[in-house]
Amino acid sequence: MELSGAQILIDGLKREGVEYIFGVNGGAAMPIFDALYSETDVKLIPMRHEQGASHAADGYARATGNVGVVLATSGPGATNLVTGIATAYMDSIPMVAITGQVFTHYIGSDAFQECDVIGVTRPICKHSYLIKSSDEIADVVAEAFHIAKTGKPGPVIIDIAKDAQMREALFQYPETVDIRGYKPQVHGDPEQIAKAAALIKEAKRPMLYAGGGVVLANASEELRKFTLNTQIPITVTLMGLGAFPETHPLAMEMPGMHGSCCANYAFTDSDLVVAIGARFDDRVTGDLGKFAPNAKKIHIDIDASCIGKNVPVDVPIVGDAKSVLTELNKQVGPADIDPWRAQIQEWKQKYPFEYEQKGDNVMPQYVTEQIYKHFSDAIVVADVGQHQMWAAQYFKFTEPRQWLNSGGLGTMGFSLPAAIGAQLGCPDKTVVNINGDGSYIMTIQELVPAISMKLPLKVFIINNMYLGMVRQWQELFHGKRYSAVDYHDNPDFALLAEAFGATGIRVEHPDDVEPALEKAKGINDGPVVIDFIVDEEENVFPMVPAGAGLGDVIRGLS
Amino acid sequence: MNPEERHIFSVMVENRFGVLARVAGLFSGRGFNIDSLNVAETHDKGISHITLVTHGDAQIIEQIYQHLNRLIDVIEVTDLSTGTHVERELVLIKIATDDPQKRTEILQVAEVFRGRVIDMKPTTLVLEITGDEGKLKAAIDIFNTYGILELARTGKVAMLRGSEKQ
Ligand SMILES: Cc1ncc(C[n+]2csc(CCOP(=O)(O)OP(=O)(O)O)c2C)c(N)n1
Ligand SMILES: [Mg+2]
Repeated sequence: MELSGAQILIDGLKREGVEYIFGVNGGAAMPIFDALYSETDVKLIPMRHEQGASHAADGYARATGNVGVVLATSGPGATNLVTGIATAYMDSIPMVAITGQVFTHYIGSDAFQECDVIGVTRPICKHSYLIKSSDEIADVVAEAFHIAKTGKPGPVIIDIAKDAQMREALFQYPETVDIRGYKPQVHGDPEQIAKAAALIKEAKRPMLYAGGGVVLANASEELRKFTLNTQIPITVTLMGLGAFPETHPLAMEMPGMHGSCCANYAFTDSDLVVAIGARFDDRVTGDLGKFAPNAKKIHIDIDASCIGKNVPVDVPIVGDAKSVLTELNKQVGPADIDPWRAQIQEWKQKYPFEYEQKGDNVMPQYVTEQIYKHFSDAIVVADVGQHQMWAAQYFKFTEPRQWLNSGGLGTMGFSLPAAIGAQLGCPDKTVVNINGDGSYIMTIQELVPAISMKLPLKVFIINNMYLGMVRQWQELFHGKRYSAVDYHDNPDFALLAEAFGATGIRVEHPDDVEPALEKAKGINDGPVVIDFIVDEEENVFPMVPAGAGLGDVIRGLS
Repeated sequence: MNPEERHIFSVMVENRFGVLARVAGLFSGRGFNIDSLNVAETHDKGISHITLVTHGDAQIIEQIYQHLNRLIDVIEVTDLSTGTHVERELVLIKIATDDPQKRTEILQVAEVFRGRVIDMKPTTLVLEITGDEGKLKAAIDIFNTYGILELARTGKVAMLRGSEKQ
């Protein structure tokens, strides 16, 4: 049957099981938007900015594990996607970004709204396609989804010339995809796995270090089994939070710059680090010269190029975390490491995350604790800054995909649109958005579609009237020269929420925190925005200063 | 710093537009250098062969290898420096031959390098010389003393000997 290119695209998306497509309309993508007008299986979610649309697709993907899909027009539409694509790329989120392109005969002529989106996005996507003819569309869509979701997931871009969207071609969707240059290695090398098991048996001070790769591989079950089997203490990174329940006695909470002292001391003293889907990011390791100096390293990762990149590795295992852990689980038993576990418990008890109540101020950590108390089962979508770190520290995550944040790129403005995607993907869950006053206003416009769709989002702003994380660095390292971080001139976010058509609540006293959260719980016909006016100059501790070793962590209070 | 080594990568890629940009972008984005690059279609129209010479310490070379492999359009990557291989490069050299005496001399030198004259005009000639890196360097050094007007090289092409597979 002959169909228009746009219709072929939509039918392809249906074949891939796409539920939602987030987008903003424009000239070069109009045929696709037109085809979506009467479409019921693939629901079009109009957003207010392409960046918002890309984060919404990303949030949907993180919350569900499915591929998120975003659609934009050529030129400025496409360039507005760039931040969202880079955000997804850094965190290995499966995404397909579709952009309209000018007519084929205009390509390369600096035509109106022409932009070489393939060129612009080359270093921030897993792969990309420029389509100039309708008969390429079906194959490309199938390949794009295959690439986006297999191996190490990532964003794939499909740029389609307008005439290719309009011209008709035969719709023949490929049943299977076979790309000769792309064969991700799923199963780990059995010899390497045996070597790893042997090292694990010998170790006296072993630790597990799990990252976002465990969540991406849906290997949380296997990780839990592995940890319980071996009884080895575990730290889970910012990207992996929830992969192992933080409430468990073996959990050391997150490592790194603002991680727990326990996890950081453990790295420093450990004799074996088992990294699973984690990449020894500089925010985790601190000074590489001082990182886990006495430890052998086992590194399990689907991406061979990640192994040995930052830290020399004794046993590299290229493979999918789920598959490798399943194999490892057959070969390991309880580790005989009582003194080490006792040491970990001591650190844990001695150095919990803690803060000081300052007068009558609403402390940001207190707000976060209360959010946890009232919404412990919620999906939490955080933005970037101090509030993100407090959320990671004080909320105890117990399930994978319960915690969504832009860890790799650290994109301010990520969270509100991502929360929209997460809520659409998980309609039965409560979605809590923990935002900063600086981050919130970067994508505040996406409150509009959330209101239109009556999404019961809980938007909680930790409002310190500053770009707090930057202010903290200025306080500690730039002699309190608060250059371009003062946000006292922001509008009243509660009033503004009301103006948008949402419920707005302003909280200025600690006693009002819990009642406001209770009230928010009861509002389910649309978003509720609580503006928590918190202590302005509170800092995030513990902190490993940039360039220092993990053992040199500044503890804060104790 | 670890010692730097020169490596020759043989990269089989899909013969599509944009592939070279992906390969080159991988180097430019990471601040790695490409010393020489040759790209052409193979006997199979769907496949192009890239021969790429680069240098770096062992860790950088490993990164380059892994990142090349990670590109979807890359079918196969071989680090030729790990096996015995053959390599050749072709250079075209245009030299001024203002007087007949000099021309005779140049032709004699060209003979030594098994060079071929592929163009001759009253005041210039163009030589074609093929060889490995050492030979081409020696030839260029000598012809430089006669005044090279223009020079173009293909970049290295290389492959493993026999049926070797790494
Ligand atoms: C798009 C973008 N611009 C700049 C930064 C640098 N940056 C990191 S954290 C931060 C402050 C965030 O402020 P806010 O949202 O108020 O959070 P807070 O730290 O105050 O909790 C800034 C500016 C960034 N991460 N992303
Ligand atoms: Mg702030």
